[in-house]
Amino acid sequence: MPYTPELQELIKKVEATRAERVERKKRGEEVPFLSLDERKERLKFHPDFKEEGRRELQVGPSKGYAIAHEIADVLEATSRVAPEKVDLSNPAYETDVLIIGGGGAGTSAAILAQEQGAKVIMATKLRHGDANTMMAEGGIQAASKGEKDSPYYHYLDVLGGGHFTNVPELAEALVKNAPDAIRWLEHHGVNFTKDADGKLMTIHGGGTSRKRMHYAADITGAEIMRTIRDEARNRGDDITVLEFAPAVELVLNEHGHCAGAVLYNLETEEYFLVKAKSVILATGGCGRLHIQGFMTTNHYGATADGIVLGYRAGVPVSFLHTVQYHPTGVVFPEQAEGILITEKFRGAGANLVNVEGNQFVNEREPRDIEAASIIKECVNDGLGVPTPAGRLGVWLDSPMIEMLDGEGTVKREFPGKYILFKRYDIDITKEPMLIYPTLHYQNGGLEFESDGTTCVPGLYAAGEVGGGIHGANRLMGNSLLDIIVFGRIAGANAAQFALNAAQDGALNLDHVAAYNKEVEDAGVADGRVAPALLPMYTDERIRERQLTTKYVGNIR
Amino acid sequence: MASATVTEVETTTIPIFVMGKKYDVPETLTIMKAMEYAGYQYIRGCGCRGGICGACATVYRKAGDYKIYTGLACQTVVEPEMYLTQIPFYPANRASYDFETLDPTPESIFKLYPELFRCVACNACSKVCPMDVEVLDYVSALKRGDIAAATEISFDCIQCGLCTSRCMGEMAQYHIAQLARRLYGGKIAPKAEHLQKMCDNIAGGSFDEELAKLKTLGEDELKKIYTEREMEPAMSDEGWKPESSVGLA
Repeated sequence: MPYTPELQELIKKVEATRAERVERKKRGEEVPFLSLDERKERLKFHPDFKEEGRRELQVGPSKGYAIAHEIADVLEATSRVAPEKVDLSNPAYETDVLIIGGGGAGTSAAILAQEQGAKVIMATKLRHGDANTMMAEGGIQAASKGEKDSPYYHYLDVLGGGHFTNVPELAEALVKNAPDAIRWLEHHGVNFTKDADGKLMTIHGGGTSRKRMHYAADITGAEIMRTIRDEARNRGDDITVLEFAPAVELVLNEHGHCAGAVLYNLETEEYFLVKAKSVILATGGCGRLHIQGFMTTNHYGATADGIVLGYRAGVPVSFLHTVQYHPTGVVFPEQAEGILITEKFRGAGANLVNVEGNQFVNEREPRDIEAASIIKECVNDGLGVPTPAGRLGVWLDSPMIEMLDGEGTVKREFPGKYILFKRYDIDITKEPMLIYPTLHYQNGGLEFESDGTTCVPGLYAAGEVGGGIHGANRLMGNSLLDIIVFGRIAGANAAQFALNAAQDGALNLDHVAAYNKEVEDAGVADGRVAPALLPMYTDERIRERQLTTKYVGNIR
Repeated sequence: MASATVTEVETTTIPIFVMGKKYDVPETLTIMKAMEYAGYQYIRGCGCRGGICGACATVYRKAGDYKIYTGLACQTVVEPEMYLTQIPFYPANRASYDFETLDPTPESIFKLYPELFRCVACNACSKVCPMDVEVLDYVSALKRGDIAAATEISFDCIQCGLCTSRCMGEMAQYHIAQLARRLYGGKIAPKAEHLQKMCDNIAGGSFDEELAKLKTLGEDELKKIYTEREMEPAMSDEGWKPESSVGLA
């Protein structure tokens, strides 16, 4: 829907200050960047720092660790299926490596495991490729240009972005394997944007000291995902993909090794067993838990399932107290809520402007600072723009770009977003966008090592489900990198474990029974079950009328 | 849940027909949110909810109108009296091949997908594409053997399969385009030589010592190096070189 008359009235205030703001920009006069101390003060408005937004875990290996209520809710919950009901003597499938998750990390892992000679089953909740990977627009970092860049500088940037809290070995593995990840993708046919000689085009991202963001037009993630998915399909003799089959529990054996998983057929509602010699968790993030009620850029399936499974099996979590909110998500029109507006708009000069038409922050601060500043403006200072749905936002003044770089720039540089808004009769070359921070990335996750291992033998982690690489804040372009680098590492090593180190033994779900008991003894479950598997967007009133339906969590 | 379908707002409702059955839904919603509002919980037919994954291809007609309309359920706003169905899956023939040994020639594509030549140029594929990809144009480019053109024209394809559902030649256009793009990106476009060089340097251990040093530094020292590191200017061109060679090969 186009802007309402009320909003059009408010846009006049943006227009009133625009010419002057453009002139200031042309003169090189910027709103000053915050000092390190000012940043610290500003971050108090960031959702991560909101004490009432989190609580200490009462159960499990990271008991006492304070994280968001919404993630604590899925960890402080009992299993979907009573462990004693599962027949562990009769696996529906047996394989060498079981990969849980069919996004970029899982698919890279599948290819590498297969190359080691392993038989692979990849189980995925929705379709193969339904993942946040597909949605990544911006690019993938790697120090590929030796005359000005190296893993040394990439490492420094990663650590600085993460506020120097990153696990050094993980950050080192990320940056050292980055160029080879790009080479591998290029080899498999990913069309990175290049010049006529084959030199890769690279740009800056927030917090990079060198231009090392590689990209494939503005659909980098989709190009990567569809290419490696195609390659995995070519290896269909060895890689079996089970779609619409999320895992609900990991299975251990008498040696304490991870030896498979209980899967759930979302369509026939059967539970079934996959026996494996090693298991990789590559289930992605948690945006669809809507932490603190935030809208999200994430995929429909991003419900933190892997964290629940790994945690019950004894793997601690770390850095989960930090969640990345992308500063600029659509807040109007309602239909497009949460959709990402790329950082490139601000890079191209678009100001952030409050309800009075005034700038309140430099538009090129790091993501957490921008998000905190927008929240402060709206919630604390009462200078947000009210939407018809009763939410608040601020203006991202895209028409400035036309005045700075010439008419036609917005349409040329941001075709996807131009079309998106055009569908709602909003012309972003003439009208600003209304935005608010949107839940974007789970910085933390399961603890794991740089070889992909967790503390449970035979259990590996790769991608957003793992924590530590990015410390307390991930830089743009390092998540696509993360999934490829650590997907490949986990795939190769899980295959080696399966072929050389795994010990066969009686299967059990004792850890699940014990965890259920711990949750019940602590009295914290409140009837909750996990993993969530799907978000619940069915209207309350309709659920009340579903008189013969029993919901198990979000699923009936 | 705060980001669930918005219903607290007073909005006008309109009738839509989901697989022929009438529901009254707020006029501002997308098809996806309207179906959730009506009581559906998606398993199939819903993915990224951002218009890039191809899970929610939708076909609809309007009352009294013979035309077929298509769109992505997550991107298309409902209209009064629209008759819709989603097509979450459509069977498609995909050839399996060994990418390592495959020649990047038109003949390789012709051999794997001989049905390419069953195209009668009816253009139904381009008409139904929710991404406005000129499907017929890339199919024609491939018939001419122009893999580069097919790569470019098909680049925004989200592999939803609507083209395949309408094809008189019964081919799966999007799988053929995928093969063409991989051949172009992996075997026809010139390789990034600087990338290979960097990989060789890393494999040769060129940065191991410096990185090992960084890993052992205390936070204060690390912060100092971080703060003082040279920043490539925003407006620099490809020829920019840093003054310091510390940490470079």
